[in-house]
Amino acid sequence: MSNKVKQLIKGNEAVIYGALMGGATHFFGYPITPASEIAHGAAKYFTLSGRHFLQAESEVSVINMLYGASGAGARVMTASSGPGMSLMAEGLSYIAGAELPCVVVDVQRAGPGLGNIWPEQSDYNITVKGGGHGNYKSIVLAPHSAQEMCDFTYQAFELADKYRITVIVLADAYIGQMMEAVEIPDRLLEGERKDWALYADKESRGNLVTSILMDPQLQSEHNWKLQRKYEQISREFCQWEELECEDADYLLVAYGISARVCHSAVEVLRKKGVKAGLLRPKTLFPFPEDRLKELASSARKVAAAELSNGQMADDVDRLCGGLCPTERLCWLGGVIPSVQEICDTVEGWESGVER
Amino acid sequence: MIVKEKPKAFYDTFERKGAGQEVTHYCPGCGHGTAHKLIAELLVELDIQDRTIFLSPVGCSVFAYYYMDTGNIQCAHGRAPAVGTGIRRTHKDAILISYQGDGDLAAIGTAEIIHAANRGENMTVFFINNAIYGMTGGQMAPTTLEGQKTLTTPLGRSSGRDGNPIGMAEVMDAIKAPVYIERVSLSTPGKVLKARKVFKKALENQIDKKGFSFVEVLSPCPINWKMDPVEARSWMQEHLEPLYPVRNFRDGSHLPVPHDDFIPFMKEDEIINLLSSGGAIPDVKASESDLEQRVKIAGFGGQGVLSAGILLANYAIASGYEATWLPSYGPEMRGGKANAGVIFSNRSIGSPVVAEPNVLIALNSPSLTSFENDVEPGGLIMVNSTLVREEVKRDDVDVLYIPASEMARESGVLATANIIMLTIYLKYKGLADTELLRKVLPLSVKRKDAVDLNLKMMEKALAYYDRELA
Repeated sequence: MSNKVKQLIKGNEAVIYGALMGGATHFFGYPITPASEIAHGAAKYFTLSGRHFLQAESEVSVINMLYGASGAGARVMTASSGPGMSLMAEGLSYIAGAELPCVVVDVQRAGPGLGNIWPEQSDYNITVKGGGHGNYKSIVLAPHSAQEMCDFTYQAFELADKYRITVIVLADAYIGQMMEAVEIPDRLLEGERKDWALYADKESRGNLVTSILMDPQLQSEHNWKLQRKYEQISREFCQWEELECEDADYLLVAYGISARVCHSAVEVLRKKGVKAGLLRPKTLFPFPEDRLKELASSARKVAAAELSNGQMADDVDRLCGGLCPTERLCWLGGVIPSVQEICDTVEGWESGVER
Repeated sequence: MIVKEKPKAFYDTFERKGAGQEVTHYCPGCGHGTAHKLIAELLVELDIQDRTIFLSPVGCSVFAYYYMDTGNIQCAHGRAPAVGTGIRRTHKDAILISYQGDGDLAAIGTAEIIHAANRGENMTVFFINNAIYGMTGGQMAPTTLEGQKTLTTPLGRSSGRDGNPIGMAEVMDAIKAPVYIERVSLSTPGKVLKARKVFKKALENQIDKKGFSFVEVLSPCPINWKMDPVEARSWMQEHLEPLYPVRNFRDGSHLPVPHDDFIPFMKEDEIINLLSSGGAIPDVKASESDLEQRVKIAGFGGQGVLSAGILLANYAIASGYEATWLPSYGPEMRGGKANAGVIFSNRSIGSPVVAEPNVLIALNSPSLTSFENDVEPGGLIMVNSTLVREEVKRDDVDVLYIPASEMARESGVLATANIIMLTIYLKYKGLADTELLRKVLPLSVKRKDAVDLNLKMMEKALAYYDRELA
C-alpha cells in the first residue's frame, strides 16, 4: 500500500495540493463560481507555505500578473471559469507569443455570457484551439477525478517549463465540486533557473520577454518555430485511457464528467452484451488522434459525448471521416446526461444494425 | 546637470532595432528621448542598472527595450502595472520601471494602474502625457484638451461628445497608498532639470522599498500636434501646463518603510504536513463485499446534509471502497434546500450523479416528495419522522421511519439528526464498524466538542436500532 496521505477532498482543493507539490510559487486569482475554492485554497496554503497568493482586480490583471511572474522565472498559475477565460484570452495570447510557462485551471461552467454555474464543456474550442488571437496552442489536460485534478496540476508545471507553454487543466463544475479520495504526491518538484527569464541581476540583464517582432520575416520564423514546438509536443506527449475499447462496436469518446457518465454506460451496456467502449482523452491537445483512427477502423460507430454543441465532435468527425460513421451526443446549459439515456441511444444503434 | 554623452544604461548600438543602429525610432522633437535619457542616466548614477527590469507599454515607447540595457519585458496595452505586480512578487529587490503613455495608462489600463497604486506596489511609474495617441498616428487621448483636433476629434474635442481631459496625477492623489506623486514637464531646459530630480526621488523611493511612486510627465509630440519642436514647447506652456499643473501632489518619502508580511518558504515535508493537517483517512482495510450504494441525503440547509455525506464517504473509503460525494451547490443551496449524493462501491465509480438512489435519507418533507419516486425498486428510504408527516407511498422499497430530530432535540442539538440517520443506515445494511466510525468522525467534524457530541448521538442511534429495529 502507498505511504501517501489519503484525504477526501474536492477536485478544486486537489488542484492546490497538486500545484504546491508541483512547485507552483505564485497564484494570482479572481473569484468565480464554480472555481472559487481553488482561490480559497491558494489564499490559505500558498500564503502559509511562504508562496504567493494575490487576489487581482480582474482576470485581465490576473493573466498579466502571471505574464510578469512567469517572465521573472516563477512557476505560476491561476484558476477560473468561462467568463474569466474570455477575459484572459488577450494575456494568454501574449504568453504564447513570449513563450512563457503558465498553468491555468478552467473549471468549465455553462455559457454563453453569464450562463450559469452548472457544468458545460463549451470551452473546448477556446482552450484546445488557442482562444486568443494568433496561431498558438496550449497543452490541454482533461481530468475526470479529484485525483487527476491533483496529478494533472502537479504534472502541468513540469510540462509548462519543459515546452515554455501554457498548460490548461480543463475541468468542469462537477469534477471541481465532487469529493473523492486523493493521495497527495510525496515529492516536491521545483523549477530551475531559466536562461531566458528576468531575475533582476547582471546575468539576466540582456534578456527580453516580448511577443512583438516587427520584421515579418522574424515573426514568420518565430511562428513556424511555435508550430514545430506544437508538433513536437504531439509526438512526445499524448495520453488517454481506454475502457473496453479493443473489440468495441460502439466507441464513445468523452472527457471529464462526460467520461464518468459514459464509463457507467459502457459497464451497463457490456452487461447487456452490447459491445460498447470508451476512449477517454486525458490530453485534448495533443488529441489521441492515431489511437482514435485505429479504433474507428474496426468500430461500427464512433460517438463524441460532451456537454457542448459538438466542439470536440468536430475533431472526432474529422479524424474518423471515411473510417466509420460518427454520432454526436451533446448536452447544453448545465444539463448532465443520465447513464440510461446514453445506454438507450447506443442500444438503438445496436437494434438498428441488427434490423 | 545635463550630460551630453549617451548614458551608459543605453545600449551602444540598438541591435534590436536593426544591426548597427545608433538613432532611436522617436520623431524629431519628441519628449520620449529626453525622458529615456534621464532614466538611463539615473540607472547608472543610482547603481541599479543590473537589477532593473524595464516594462515597455504599447504606444510609441513599445520599443524602449531597443535602448535600455536592462532586463526588459514588453507588456500588453495598459497592463504593465499588473505585469510589474507579478514580477514584484517574484523578485523583491528588482527595480521596476513602468513607462506608460496616456492611452496605455489613462484609457485602456485604468484598472491596472489604480489597483497597483492602491496596493502600494513598490514600483516607479513614469506616465508620459502628450495629450494624443502617437503610435497609431494622432487620435484622441483621454488627456487630449478641449477643442484639440485629432484624427478622431476632427472638429476638436468636445466635452459633450468626447468627455473631458483626465488628470491622472489628481486621480492618483485620491488613493491612499502611493508614497510619491508629482507632475513634471519637459517644456523647457529648466523644467527638464527639475524633472530629473523628481525621477531620481521616484527611483530612490523604490530602492528604499517605500512603495508606489507616480510621475506624470508632460511631454511634447510635435509631429502629431502638427507643430515644429519649438512651437510644441510653447504650446505646452500655454495650454497643457495650465490644465495639468506642474507640481508635487504628495511626498511621503520620509515615512517609514511599510511592513512586509514575510512568511518563510516551506520545504517538502512541511508542505506535506500542512496539506495533511485536515487529517488523513485511517489505514484502509480491504472491502469484502461486492456492493454499490448510491445514497441521496436531502434536507434543509443547516441539517448537516453535506457533512453527513462527507462522513459517509470518508467512512466508505476507510472501509476499502471507492467513494464519490457530489453536493447540490450554488444558489440552490443558499435557497435552503440541500442534498448530497454519495456513491460507494468496490468497483471504480463512473458517474458520480445519484440519479437513481438505492438509499434515500429524507431529513425533511420536501426531500421525500422530491426524491421518493427516484429510488430504485428494492432500495431503502429512511424518513425523519419527526419532521415528515406523510408516509412513503411506494410499496417496492424498504422504509424506516426514525424520529431523528426528536432524538437529536432530546440531546440538545437539533443538527445531529444527520448522524443518527447515518448510523442507523450503516447498522441496517450491516456496514457499521463502530471503531472505524469513531476514527473517521474527526475528519468530517472539525470541532472537538462536536466530535464528542456526535459520538454520543452515534451510541444513541445504535441503542435505538437494537431496541426498535433489530
